Amino acid sequence: MKYAYFPGCSLSGTAREYDRSTRAVARVLGLELEEIPDWSCCGATSAHATEKLLSLALPARSLARADEMGLDVVAPCAACFNRLRTTVHAVRSDWKVRQEVGEVLGQEYAARSDAYALPDVIVNRYGLDNIVPHLKRSLDGLKVACYYGCLLVRPSAITASDDPEDPQTLDRLVRALGGEPVVWPAKTECCGASLSITRTRVVWQLAAQILTAAQRAGAEAIAVACPFCQSNLDMRQVQAQKWSGRRWNIPVYYFTQLLGVALGLPPGELGLESHFVDPLGVLRQKALV
Amino acid sequence: MSKAVLHLSEGMEPGFLREVEVEAGTRVSLCYQCGKCAASCPVSFVMDLEPYQVMRLVQLGARDEVLRSRTIWLCASCTACSERCPREVDVAATMDALRVLARRAGYRPAEGQIALFHGIFLDNVRDAGRLHELGLMVRYKLKSGGLFSDLDVGLPMMRHGKLKPVPHRIRGTDQMRALFARVRAREAAAKGGEGR
Repeated sequence: MKYAYFPGCSLSGTAREYDRSTRAVARVLGLELEEIPDWSCCGATSAHATEKLLSLALPARSLARADEMGLDVVAPCAACFNRLRTTVHAVRSDWKVRQEVGEVLGQEYAARSDAYALPDVIVNRYGLDNIVPHLKRSLDGLKVACYYGCLLVRPSAITASDDPEDPQTLDRLVRALGGEPVVWPAKTECCGASLSITRTRVVWQLAAQILTAAQRAGAEAIAVACPFCQSNLDMRQVQAQKWSGRRWNIPVYYFTQLLGVALGLPPGELGLESHFVDPLGVLRQKALV
Repeated sequence: MSKAVLHLSEGMEPGFLREVEVEAGTRVSLCYQCGKCAASCPVSFVMDLEPYQVMRLVQLGARDEVLRSRTIWLCASCTACSERCPREVDVAATMDALRVLARRAGYRPAEGQIALFHGIFLDNVRDAGRLHELGLMVRYKLKSGGLFSDLDVGLPMMRHGKLKPVPHRIRGTDQMRALFARVRAREAAAKGGEGR
């Protein structure tokens, strides 16, 4: 099984452990990821807040390369996935959009390849049945709040999410790894994304609500599939604790890190050293590292 | 928090609704102000207008009131409103369209820092092809005047290797510049068309 890999800008910086753990897990599973040559930024929120055509032409540049590779695209970052998939959808469904995107891009773009989110590729396309034979360790009942955020699931007409209010993809994976996904109400709440930089207090408040919901549900860990979600819940957690007077101390893992632990990969290969809230304590209690 | 007061007699433009609907690709006119969007919105607590109030003002043609609001900039594009709208109005796309129209019409953004962030982000992408997070943060903090804020997060990020020091330039930077220039040219043409 082979995909065109679109890492996205955050995966060489703030989310570098997501890139490392994704590549490590893919190697063990025999899932081939071929990086799109000379890929460029998807434009994220800044592009669609500025000019619609720009927000479609930017992802189209990388998607056109995937078309040439003849491969479907997988994006670990939920924001990149959302922009890539929005572009594929817009170009396929409106001939005029296709023409305009082509003009601005300076080359024809026909949207032949599909774009998928990494959890979808691993859990549904590679498949849980094919993962299980590779597992070396059980998460031993680790209580995990699977946090999907916004961009992985909404708008569902674009993302084709299983359920935009109560998605199950990551929950099913955690269960297959021997963990216990908790039932909680903040699964698809927004973390505030880039307001983290411009309106930091807003993000403290949103993070506080999400972390409190996870704590009340008895979660020992949070699993995410988005660099924004991870940084706003992990890197901002200490600030949010000071600001709110509450205390959570919940580690926030990329789902690929938990999968990697269950596949028997050492912490060093999964980038577990670059978290803010200690990610190893909980895993040690379960003798997983 | 004080909420904006609507003066119905002032500055109503009947053509505004159509303009927004074309830009957003959704029928704002279908909104009946049920408030589902506000109930779903994670950031409505800092907005000056609730999302459904923005929708109503667009219906009424209150261009100025809407394009001067903080709400259009504070929307985090989480699309919970669009997903849940019983009238299937794409509220989030409408917020995008309003930001686009405000920018084209030269309105000073009510949330200057947010607009500044988007501008620096896109300049970086145009010039290098990929976003360099450290460069973005330093440039943003220099321009917004808070260079030493957030060091309790910034320094550990550095220590954990989460801020890549050297930017990556793609090979196709010429294509990026050309792409941005073509978008700008079309934008300028659209603006000229509006001025008739």
